Amino acid sequence: MSLDTISLSGKKMEVSNKKMSFWESLYLVAIVKGLFITIRHLFTRKVTIKYPEQKRELSPVYRGQHMLKRDDQGRENCTACGLCAVACPAEAITMKAAERKPGEEHLYREEKYAEIYEINMLRCIFCGLCEEACPKDAIYLTETKVMVASASKREDFIYGKDRLVMPLEMALRNSKNKAS
Amino acid sequence: MDSVVIIEKGIFIVAIFAITMIMAMYSTWAERKVAAWLQDRIGPNRAGPLGLFQPLADGLKLFSKEEFIPETRNKILFLAGPAISMSVALMTSAVIPWGDKLHIAGRDVILQATDIDVALLYIFGVLSVGVYGIMIGGWASNNKFSLMSAMRAGSQMISYEVAMGLAVIALIMMSGTLSLREIAAQQSGMNWNVFYQPVGFIIFLVCSFAETNRTPFDLAECEAELIGGYHTEYSSMKMGFYLFAEYASMFISSAILAILYFGAYNYPGMQWVIENWGVNIGNTIGIAVLFAKICFFIFFYMWVRWTIPRFRYDQLMNLGWKMLIPIAIANIVITGIVILLADKFL
Repeated sequence: MSLDTISLSGKKMEVSNKKMSFWESLYLVAIVKGLFITIRHLFTRKVTIKYPEQKRELSPVYRGQHMLKRDDQGRENCTACGLCAVACPAEAITMKAAERKPGEEHLYREEKYAEIYEINMLRCIFCGLCEEACPKDAIYLTETKVMVASASKREDFIYGKDRLVMPLEMALRNSKNKAS
Repeated sequence: MDSVVIIEKGIFIVAIFAITMIMAMYSTWAERKVAAWLQDRIGPNRAGPLGLFQPLADGLKLFSKEEFIPETRNKILFLAGPAISMSVALMTSAVIPWGDKLHIAGRDVILQATDIDVALLYIFGVLSVGVYGIMIGGWASNNKFSLMSAMRAGSQMISYEVAMGLAVIALIMMSGTLSLREIAAQQSGMNWNVFYQPVGFIIFLVCSFAETNRTPFDLAECEAELIGGYHTEYSSMKMGFYLFAEYASMFISSAILAILYFGAYNYPGMQWVIENWGVNIGNTIGIAVLFAKICFFIFFYMWVRWTIPRFRYDQLMNLGWKMLIPIAIANIVITGIVILLADKFL
């Protein structure tokens, strides 16, 4: 067995340079065969999804828009450590930290919090690495299957804390559910 | 010529013009639908039921788009290009027999704009002018890529016209006439020419693909190498005219294919229908049959488009000059021999 014919993957194939026979060189047979292949597609099921009326079903594990969580007392989890921003491959996350003042203990769980927390949804690829990087269980991709809404200005895609932080009522409801 | 004939012909010419336009319009729709179906999609479905108003929407768009004209063009020729393409595509329909005849108000109305004896020659003559539309358009744009594309299209059309002509000569030898009406009439019953001239038919079919610049021979348009094609510099309705001319000539060449090789308006049992149900009904069915055949060929054009990839240019020229022309000549010789033998022994 010569070295040329050894195939470790089992996929090696000899290139065939055989001369075409007369009928093959006419191409007509091949063309007719091809025509039959294409005409068969006339009768197959169409894959089109007529978007506004029909919507593609999302997978049960689909993760939609981000949310900054609150704990069961309604305090924000995020401490603006910046690990999510570092982990983000698309560099979509920016934030600015601020120190908690006395009297704000009911708002923020730790001494540091995110004064500004922004995700650029045009850059975000919903990979979930921010969620994995977060040490404080603050940022999550939600199961809501909400996709980023369309907008006509680029600025509208930069989601600030107003759109990311979990609503207070929701946090309270969650804690009540947990208690009962 | 009395005035009744003039009015009759006038009505007929307008009708043909309208039908050609409508067929070309709906060919654009059909093209998109067929393309979609062959690719497992649905295709246009927003404008009206089944997207039937799509051509109107396209037309509206083309008319209202900005008219961009390059500054360095040759103005008159730039305008003449699409006009020539369009008028040539429409002119050929003058000699096509759309049906046998109708009996209206005691007169026999021949369903043909002009029944000239040299109809086939006329068609070839007009077709060869069609090259000018493309060449002039490409040249007047003053764009190297357009010119290259026009050269490609021009040489392709001219070289395929040779094979086309030779393929038809064998047919003319058999039928002994150049009049399309005669050729159509000779194919009554199931004496379709395609059974006697299969090789000629295939050559003619291939050449008409090349003549109308359709895939696999649509080298005149190529986004990868030529930005667009001979119509790169054209915009709005002038561009639309070029595209429209392609569809109109597709319709006409489908009609010619159906008439020359597929028995024109003849269908099996036509004689019986005419004897029993009258001339009008028999020939109206004939018109419908002809249009069914034409629609089949238009569909075939689209079907092939989504099956066969585009030829390389040298392959195209090889096929034209080294394959089709010799085969066509051999076909002529064999047809001649068969005709001679048939004369002698039958």
